[in-house]
Amino acid sequence: MHSNGLFLKDVAGFLGGYYTALAVMNAVAAYILWRRKHQTGWAIVWTAFASALMVLASLAMSGSAAWVPALPQAVRSLVNTLSGPVNYTAGTTALLLILFVFRKFFVQPMVAWTVLNGALVLMGLSMADENFASIVMKPDNVPIVGLVFLLAFFTWVATKQAVVNDERIAQGLPPMEKVNDEKVLVWPDLVYTELICMVGVTAFLLVWAILLQAPLEEPASSVKTPNPSKAPWYFLGLQEMLVYFDPWYAGVALPSMVIFGLMALPYLDFNKKGNGYYSIAERKFSYLTFQFGFLELWITLIILGTFLRGPNWNFFGPFEYWSPYKVEVLNNVDLPQMFWVNLLNRPLPRVAADAPWYAHVGTILLRESPGLLIMAAYMLLLPPLLAVTAFRNYFAKMGFIRYMVMINLMLLMLTLPLKMVLRWTLNLKYLISIPEFSLNF
Amino acid sequence: MALGETIRNSQIWKSIFRHPMPLDRRNRIVVMLTNFFLHLHPVSIKKQGIALSFTWCMGGVTFFLFLVETVTGVLLMFYYRPTLEWAYNDILALRDVTSLGILRELHRWGAHAMVITTWLHMYRVFLTGSYKPPREFNWVIGVILLLLTLLLSFTGYLLPWDQLAIWAITVGSNMARASPILGYEGPGQQLLTIGGIDMITDGSDARFGLLGARFVGEETLNRFYVLHCIAIPLAVALLLAIHFWRVRKDGGISGPL
Repeated sequence: MHSNGLFLKDVAGFLGGYYTALAVMNAVAAYILWRRKHQTGWAIVWTAFASALMVLASLAMSGSAAWVPALPQAVRSLVNTLSGPVNYTAGTTALLLILFVFRKFFVQPMVAWTVLNGALVLMGLSMADENFASIVMKPDNVPIVGLVFLLAFFTWVATKQAVVNDERIAQGLPPMEKVNDEKVLVWPDLVYTELICMVGVTAFLLVWAILLQAPLEEPASSVKTPNPSKAPWYFLGLQEMLVYFDPWYAGVALPSMVIFGLMALPYLDFNKKGNGYYSIAERKFSYLTFQFGFLELWITLIILGTFLRGPNWNFFGPFEYWSPYKVEVLNNVDLPQMFWVNLLNRPLPRVAADAPWYAHVGTILLRESPGLLIMAAYMLLLPPLLAVTAFRNYFAKMGFIRYMVMINLMLLMLTLPLKMVLRWTLNLKYLISIPEFSLNF
Repeated sequence: MALGETIRNSQIWKSIFRHPMPLDRRNRIVVMLTNFFLHLHPVSIKKQGIALSFTWCMGGVTFFLFLVETVTGVLLMFYYRPTLEWAYNDILALRDVTSLGILRELHRWGAHAMVITTWLHMYRVFLTGSYKPPREFNWVIGVILLLLTLLLSFTGYLLPWDQLAIWAITVGSNMARASPILGYEGPGQQLLTIGGIDMITDGSDARFGLLGARFVGEETLNRFYVLHCIAIPLAVALLLAIHFWRVRKDGGISGPL
């Protein structure tokens, strides 16, 4: 669907307000830089940028296709063509990795401010696309846009302090949190902060509630299935995992393990450092594991499941029309098929229907032996192997039980990215496929 | 001024607040010790412990949103009847007929916000290593509270009884059908067969227990309504009390030793 004049007229007011808000935000920042921080150079830069945003605001208000600032159609098509589950996952992982490795650079306020402005302007330009806007503006999707910007902001806040603390600790100084440890009375210092927070949250909720109406679709009907049918947004990461796993694993086993793993976390992390202050260098392993699990495997999958999965759970680029007629080739193959048929050129082992039960079980075990062996090696061989190699220190410090719990949780977590890669490279559907017991993995 | 003075010297006022205005050091301490709501807090605290750059205020905001949800939720219960006949129409009327009808908006956006602030609170607690000893168990309680927050939001999602609601719950609860052993499409359910009779069917499995029926219907609406309005909020309230109490007992807000 191509943007038509009507859509742009509808969105003109919003975009005008949006760019104006960004301009005000930059003007305030410029004023603070000028008066408080005495950085006149930067103040001029952001004043100029604010003026440019006001130009964008007035262009957007016109509501005419010729003037509303938008990404060129060629760019949108290119983004649509390039996006897919593989590039999306690889891209977000690479992005997080770059942000992590060069964190000292990215936490500088002016760099972070530039990145934020870039993201916000890109958001504004994208909102002029009808397909993009129709998904992002869905009332229940708005909080996820908020979540993305909030997470980016707070990750910056935390990383900035961790970078400072890590440098101080390297120099033998205590973390900043220690420097600031004089005691103050809770009344008034804390109770007033709380009061202001409550008033702020109330005001924010009221404005949100007035501006955006809660969704109410047609009355429930158990015979009219919407396409796509989606779970509430916070479960869409789990729904996205259904692409790679059966419901028993993606919807029951793995989420239970996530909850269990979170509960076990304080008992597994034996590192006494980094307690009560922001630090990365002192707890790199737990930091990276948590961030990979939270930001990459939870948050980005929610974003993917919400914004980029359309009818029939097909992948759609951010500027692509959600056509229910899009057809995707599904040529996924089970491992037994690959092994017995494709590799050995033999039929799958099978047994007569009236054979005794042990013959059935034996045949299933034989048929599934490649997958069972791989899983046995992964879950049974890797833990002791890692205990004497990469995780030797951990094993020594944690003891047998704690180490086994940790390594098994980690291996379970890694089944998701591993299965993704196997799917993308080998078109692997299931490693183990025992339909006789509804057990597919 | 004189009026204020009269009020503050009245017997009623003095029976409620048993000390003068908290304007000097002594009374600022006394107010924290004598007020039921304030005694949750310590009297004094490290300046660092209340810095917004450190706490992000997300735990407090989450609790405040829980209160907002409780108040707006009770008001919504005055309007809403959880039956197939009325559920959708009541929500419709709430939007179109009631003046200042933003109650449902406040409740719904507050719920979304509460899920987000819970995550941000836990994110902060992780990044400052505040789950480490002696606060391990309070983190565990926090994880249960996270789960209950998600369940609160999930059960509430069904109540408007529109297409968005029942299909989101259908998709979500279909997972239970695949529970190992206990779901009738789950791996190993065939093992629970006694004397040739299958124990786990679509009328007796985990999903049936969740929905009260073979599909999302009136029984489910009733079940989710009770869970949403009574059972889960009570559990959350209890765990919140323990959570806050443990914050104090485990040494107050975390900080470098």
